[in-house]
Amino acid sequence: MTMLLDLALVAWLLALAIHVARARDDQGAIIAFIAFGLLLGLGWTRLSAIDVAMTEAAIGGGVTGMLLLRAEARLRQRSSQPQTPKRTTKAAAAIACTVVAAGLALAVLSFPSPAPTLAPAAAAALDSTGLGNPVTAVLLAYRALDTLLEKVVLLLALLGVWSLAPDQLWGGAPELRQTVAPPPFVYLGRILPPFGVLIAVYMCWVGADAPGGTFQAGTVLAAMWLLIMLASLRPAPETRRTTLRLLLVGGPVLFFAVGFLGFAVADGFLSYPEGAAKPIIVGIEAALTVSIALTLGLLVAGPSSRAPAP
Amino acid sequence: MSLASLGTATLFGLCGAALAGIGLFIVIAHAGLLRRIVGFNILGAGIFLVFGAAARRGAAAGFSGDPVPQAMVITGIVVAFSATALAVALLQRLFDLTGRESLDAPAASDKQQAEP
Repeated sequence: MTMLLDLALVAWLLALAIHVARARDDQGAIIAFIAFGLLLGLGWTRLSAIDVAMTEAAIGGGVTGMLLLRAEARLRQRSSQPQTPKRTTKAAAAIACTVVAAGLALAVLSFPSPAPTLAPAAAAALDSTGLGNPVTAVLLAYRALDTLLEKVVLLLALLGVWSLAPDQLWGGAPELRQTVAPPPFVYLGRILPPFGVLIAVYMCWVGADAPGGTFQAGTVLAAMWLLIMLASLRPAPETRRTTLRLLLVGGPVLFFAVGFLGFAVADGFLSYPEGAAKPIIVGIEAALTVSIALTLGLLVAGPSSRAPAP
Repeated sequence: MSLASLGTATLFGLCGAALAGIGLFIVIAHAGLLRRIVGFNILGAGIFLVFGAAARRGAAAGFSGDPVPQAMVITGIVVAFSATALAVALLQRLFDLTGRESLDAPAASDKQQAEP
C-alpha cells in the first residue's frame, strides 16, 4: 500500500518536471514547479527526513515559487520570445541528459551494502550537546562551520541582489507591489501574521528536540513579513537603514563571536563548553532566525526600486 | 533495516536521478533564462533526492536516517535558494537594460553592432 503511494508520488514528480520542460508559457511551468516543490516535501517525509521536508516545502516550493512568479510577471511585457534551439541540439541534449540520469541511477542501484553511515557517531555525541534532534545537532554542533558559512552565503547573495539596483536608487526601498491589494488579501495580511509568528517561535524552540529549526522558522517569519508588505499594510524598509543592516548581520556575527569564544572557554573554534551547549545553541538559533527571516524576505523583495527619501 | 524501507530509498533515489536528467535538459534546451533557472532548481532537487536516498539507507543507532546528509541537504536547499534569488535579480536587470530575457545574439537588425 505504501509502495503504491510512493510510486504515485514519484510518477507525479516526474510528470511535473516533464511539464516544466514542455510547457509553452513560463507561468504554467512555474506553477507546476511550485506543485513539484510541495510534492517533493511529501517525498522527503517518505524518506523519514522531516526536517528536510519542511525546508523543501517552505523554501523549495513556497519562497522560490513566489520569487519566480514575481519575476515572470515583470518579464511578461517582453517583446520577443527567445528563439528555440534547433531540433538536433535538443536531441543531442536529450541523449546527454539521459546518459547523466542513467549514470546517477546506476550509482543509486550500486550503493554499497551495508550503507556507510555517520548516524552512530552523531548519536554518540548527541548526549554532550543536550539536544534531542540529531539534525539540529549536526547543523549547529558537529558541522556548525557549514551552517556558519551558509549564513555568509545568504548575506553575500543579498549584497549581490542589492548591488544590481541603479546607482541613484542605492539605499532606497524595494517595491513589492505597484497596484492596490484586493480586500480579501489585506484581510489575510491582518489575520495570518500573529499565527505565523507563533508557529515560527514554536518551530525555532522545538527544533532542538524535534523536527523544526532556524531555517523553517525563519522562512515562516519571512512569509508573514512578505504577506504584510504585499498587502501594503507596511512598506518595504529602506535598505540603507542601520537597524535593518544590524539585524541582518546580527545572527552570523553572534555565531562568529561564539565560535571565537570557543578558543577561550573550550577546545577551539566553534566548540561549546561542556554542559552549556544547549542554551548557547538555542540562543544562536534565535538570533539566526531573525537574520534568516529578514534575508529571505529581502532576497524575494529584490533590489531597491525607489530612490531613498532625502 | 526492512526490505520495504530499502525499496523506498532506492525508488526515490532513482526518481532523483531522473529529475536531475530532466533538470539538466531544461537548462540546456531552453533559451529563456527564467525557465533555465527553474530547470536548475529541478536539477538540484534531483541531486538532493539521491543524497536523501543515501541518508535513508544509512539508518542506524535508532535514527530513521543518517542525520549528516540530511543536515547537508538543508544547507544545500538554502544555498540553492540564495543562488536562485541572485540569478533572478540578474535576469531582471538584464531585462530592464536590454529588453531581452535570453542570452541569444541580438536580433538581425542590430547584428552589425555586436562584437565580432
